[in-house]
Amino acid sequence: MSKTKKPTNTTDWKGIWVILEHAKGKVSGVSWEILGKARELGDRYGIRVSAVLLGTNLDEVAKEAIYRGADEVYVAEHEALMHYSWEAHTKVVTDLVEKYRPNILLLAATHNGRDLAGRLAVRLNTGLTADVVELDIEPEGELLVGSVPGFGGSILAVIKCEHSRPQMATIRPGVLIAQELDTSRTGEIHKIASDIPPNLITTQVLQEIPVESVDISKAKRIVAAGRGVGTNLELVEELAELLDAAIGVTRPLADIGLKSRDHQIGSTGVTVRPKLAIIVGVSGAAHFVSGIQDAETIISINIDEEALIFDHSDYCVVADLNDVLPELIEALKARLYSTAK
Amino acid sequence: MNKELHIVVCVKIVPKPEDVTLKEDNTLDRANAESVINPPDKNAVETAVSLKERYGGKVTAISMGPPFFDDFMRLIMAMGVDDAILLSDRAFAGADTYPTTLTLAAGIKKLGDVDLVICGEESSDGGTGNVPPGIAEWLGWTQATYCHEIDYDEIQSRFVVKRSVSTGYEVISIPKPAVVSVELGVNSPRFPNFYLKQEYDQSYKVTIWDAKALNLDPETVGLKGSHTTVDSLKSSKGKERKKQFIVGSPKEIAEKLATIILENM
Ligand SMILES: Cc1cc2nc3c(=O)[nH]c(=O)nc-3n(C[C@H](O)[C@H](O)[C@H](O)COP(=O)(O)OP(=O)(O)OC[C@H]3O[C@@H](n4cnc5c(N)ncnc54)[C@H](O)[C@@H]3O)c2cc1C
Repeated sequence: MSKTKKPTNTTDWKGIWVILEHAKGKVSGVSWEILGKARELGDRYGIRVSAVLLGTNLDEVAKEAIYRGADEVYVAEHEALMHYSWEAHTKVVTDLVEKYRPNILLLAATHNGRDLAGRLAVRLNTGLTADVVELDIEPEGELLVGSVPGFGGSILAVIKCEHSRPQMATIRPGVLIAQELDTSRTGEIHKIASDIPPNLITTQVLQEIPVESVDISKAKRIVAAGRGVGTNLELVEELAELLDAAIGVTRPLADIGLKSRDHQIGSTGVTVRPKLAIIVGVSGAAHFVSGIQDAETIISINIDEEALIFDHSDYCVVADLNDVLPELIEALKARLYSTAK
Repeated sequence: MNKELHIVVCVKIVPKPEDVTLKEDNTLDRANAESVINPPDKNAVETAVSLKERYGGKVTAISMGPPFFDDFMRLIMAMGVDDAILLSDRAFAGADTYPTTLTLAAGIKKLGDVDLVICGEESSDGGTGNVPPGIAEWLGWTQATYCHEIDYDEIQSRFVVKRSVSTGYEVISIPKPAVVSVELGVNSPRFPNFYLKQEYDQSYKVTIWDAKALNLDPETVGLKGSHTTVDSLKSSKGKERKKQFIVGSPKEIAEKLATIILENM
């Protein structure tokens, strides 16, 4: 079953493509972030930037893609693309890639983005750099350079794909910056006819269970809690409210459902860059730290003086959070209310 | 009559992330790193074994790695897995996801009668999450990633899975055979039975398949079969931190912290 590695004539492959992920026409933030970076690289090296949209009723979204940096948009509209399925999405993107030969193909490192990218890379017999946190192109304007976190995020590997095309990468949410909406931008919209045989999709969608989502990735202040809080977030919530801060949690707290997954910080959660982070009852595992290490100031409270989190903190408190947090809340109340007067 | 399920669970033995550091010359220092079963793979094993308990059948664990990982394989067997296979060959070393998925798929194919492959969502060292869909593509099977619950619909001969997506969850039904991945933390992996482990240590020999046994051309696996290359490594420490300890009674600490917080809001 092995495919021989094709010696690809890399010069035939041109442009940067961004596959935009969306739910019923609402594009996810990370896709705009990727498009924003593609635009920046496109301007720097004179490369054409194309967005790809799969679904139904995409006219408005296609226009927005132009306003957010695309030179052109490929729009594949088909009933079978309304809901994400690996079968139809892999088929349609493969057909497009084989026809138009993009040099670089970028997707979001979300669940469905990874689901699709992992499958596509094998079908297209090419390299995939997964979960990129830093993205660049070499000065010649050809070769994609992606830095990906390894070992939970403490170490970055710089990855290249020199001989196969397209050069695929998935990009982690929250690490790049979207372009502002510029309605004066113009570009071409190509409607693509997709060939999806009726029995291609064997997946049946039985039920969709939407969960209200919040975005803590842009929060200025964050109070982050770990297993040290037990199952009680009351103090953390009170402190967060007082400081107008978002609440973040470690993975185990999200796993038990104490907070929804969008509140989870880390390599399999969100990356945050607050001005101030107060981290309580968190041990400081690499997978957690990689999501918060760019915070400007970090204060940590942990009962264990050897906790790894202190290596990543500006201010360290070795104490029981149940002793310190009530006092801290009182102290802050006194100061905030006295200045309010 | 439906035949019983044959489930394969893919596992990886990884160094503990916190134990791996970069040396001065930006090469990896994993000399002091403890090896462990990749945490989400334990959730995969638990899922596989509990499916077997509910619907009957057997579970085979597969891992790609050096022969001395056989001890971990027996540990996994002591969690209720029936057989263990190590895909082991010097030629497999240095693989990115492309040849990794090719190799794992070849192992699964060699087993022959597999109904379901269960992986963990990602490995804690590489963390791509791309292995499960890659295996599925090589096998030409269907896939479902980031699953929370997996059920077997015996009448339809299909699997019903609940998977997590950006907008929440979806429940989907997929045909047999299939490759799925389960999220870290979706269940509580049972502890290995240490009597069983001791028994396996004495009497069970983990099967080892090399490139030849899998009918794989050495040019297509490992580093040679990879499309991507690691250009360099760099540390990702984030910002330099002050690491200043604040001491005193809880009240004194609170006052100092309040000042720091208000200065840094
Ligand atoms: C593939 C993979 C991906 C992962 N992704 C993520 C991720 O995205 N995000 C994430 O967070 N984790 C992730 N993890 C898990 C991660 O490795 C750690 O297990 C997790 O971060 C630990 O969470 P914790 O700090 O809350 O719990 P623990 O490690 O149990 O730490 C609890 C801490 O609380 C302290 N404590 C206890 N009681 C008190 C008290 N009364 N007062 C003060 N301190 C107290 C303890 O000293 C301890 O340091 C991932 C793991 C894997 C394998």
